[in-house]
Amino acid sequence: MSTLLLTGYVLIWPIIVAFVLYFLARGFLKDWSRSRKDGRPII
Amino acid sequence: MSSEEMAVQQLSAPVTIFLIALFFGGTLFMSIMISKKKENADGYMNAGHNIGFGIAATSMTATWIWASSMYASATAGYTYGISGPIHYGLWGALMILFIYPFGRRIRAVAPRAHTLAEVMYARHGRSSQLMLAGSNVLGSVISLTSNLIAGGALVAMLSPFSFTQGIVVMAAGVLLYTLWSGFRASVLTDFAQAMAMLGAVVVIIPVVFFAAGGPGMFEAGAQNLTPQQSNFFSSDAFLHQGAPYIAAVLAYAIGNQTIAQRLFAVREDLIKPTFITATIGYGATVIGIGMLGVMALYLGMEPMGGDVNNLIPQMATTFLGPILLCVFFIMIIGALASTADSDLAALSSIMMADVYGQNVAGRKKANPKTMLLIGRVTMIVATAAALYFASGQMSILDLLVFVGALWGALVFPVIASFYWGKVTNAAFTVSTLVAVAIFIPVRFEMLPMITPVGLVVDVLSVVGVGVVLGLMAFGFFGLKPALWVGSIAAIVTAPFGIGFLHDYHVLSGSLVAYAVSTLVCYLMSFRSKESFDFALIQKRIGSFDSEEEPEKALDDDTTSKR
Repeated sequence: MSTLLLTGYVLIWPIIVAFVLYFLARGFLKDWSRSRKDGRPII
Repeated sequence: MSSEEMAVQQLSAPVTIFLIALFFGGTLFMSIMISKKKENADGYMNAGHNIGFGIAATSMTATWIWASSMYASATAGYTYGISGPIHYGLWGALMILFIYPFGRRIRAVAPRAHTLAEVMYARHGRSSQLMLAGSNVLGSVISLTSNLIAGGALVAMLSPFSFTQGIVVMAAGVLLYTLWSGFRASVLTDFAQAMAMLGAVVVIIPVVFFAAGGPGMFEAGAQNLTPQQSNFFSSDAFLHQGAPYIAAVLAYAIGNQTIAQRLFAVREDLIKPTFITATIGYGATVIGIGMLGVMALYLGMEPMGGDVNNLIPQMATTFLGPILLCVFFIMIIGALASTADSDLAALSSIMMADVYGQNVAGRKKANPKTMLLIGRVTMIVATAAALYFASGQMSILDLLVFVGALWGALVFPVIASFYWGKVTNAAFTVSTLVAVAIFIPVRFEMLPMITPVGLVVDVLSVVGVGVVLGLMAFGFFGLKPALWVGSIAAIVTAPFGIGFLHDYHVLSGSLVAYAVSTLVCYLMSFRSKESFDFALIQKRIGSFDSEEEPEKALDDDTTSKR
């Protein structure tokens, strides 16, 4: 495997994790905002 | 830098205390914020079946990432090279993915269930339920112990405190924030823990990569790898790491109550996005951490004390500054705590619903207050047991092999029970026991693998390949495609597998368990005249802490003619 490919192979995972982190945080904020609007606990 | 010098970089005692206090204090605060003076027994187990996507997906991701998964992925990278972390993280991620199609069926059949074993009670009866519940309990205790050991080892390596002090603090911290509100506390704190874990991964991997030399590391260290280790399509990695793990995918998905609990807790229409997101989150995180093992291999690093579990802390202490070392510390604690609290919640729900609710008191007489007390006492007892095993540093992970086998033997009977009305309690029970009985001599090499024994093992293993892939296809595509996939998989594998697979006893043991349980369960069921009415399950399972009265429990005939 070439050096460039290996570098991409190592660094792609934290990039994917960053995207997942964004979606999870956004989802949580939506849940929280909806629960506040409905006047019920988030869980 | 030598191993001894690496070990010198530690967190000071005040910093360690501060980090632990920050972590467990924060999670305790979150738990207190949602606690109720009078908790609802059902809410304690499944948080009302209505959790949103954000919380559910985060919780599933955090729960599935346990400390051992990080260490194991790095070990796979160090041992098997470039493809090692893929063969750990990818298949581990698929354990979450492959349960969701079955999960939708399970929710449709039993929307108000608390545990999978409870559904088995409504479907078959006590023996099936207790077999699944018992395996869930074992699995969760093992997982809890393993996480405490990881925490103790981390504290001992990175701080002036001892292993024993570490495991006691971890156990006390997790128990404290989970005890009062149970599953609700577990799920909510998972959010904070996941944010910390995933955030740490995003930062730590690139920092270590560039601190270790960046792309130049691969050129300089290429001679440290064997041809197999430098091959992305390494057969070594596949046969020793990947294939056994693929075989375990459905077993862990079915057998682990922490997954089932989240399946029952999430809002039903959100099952698919929740589990897909968790699959990607888990996979990327664990594979990413596994890259630390790959980097250690290229660097020619020797694990301290010859223990590959020291690789991750070694890489951290070598290449991270003090602040990022603190972040790393929090990442590992987050991984172990998020899984440990899920194990406590799973154990308590099994004792509450399966043991007390269904078997001791009976559904009609189950007292919600007593249930809550039982749930909390279970958490305390489980924590004490895990501490005992952890303090003795017992090789409890060996037990996981047996539990994994039991789960593997349960896969077909459990899944078939949700779709095929002919599966009987006897078929379920006998097929599982026979499969485990045959697994043991194969897995532990108790029989000489000469013809015809080796041939029988190979043939059963090939059948097992068909069963595994067929079941995976069944979940997504239905019966006919599954039969095609399973048959083709077995036929294609046969020329390569027969005469060969019996040499890989870990893999063949799992495959044999699948094959035997499927064959026995099918043969005992297909001529059965019984036809179970699945609508009965929904009527038999309901809330414990409400005024609703579901249909009478399983003292009567469990079947009805359709």
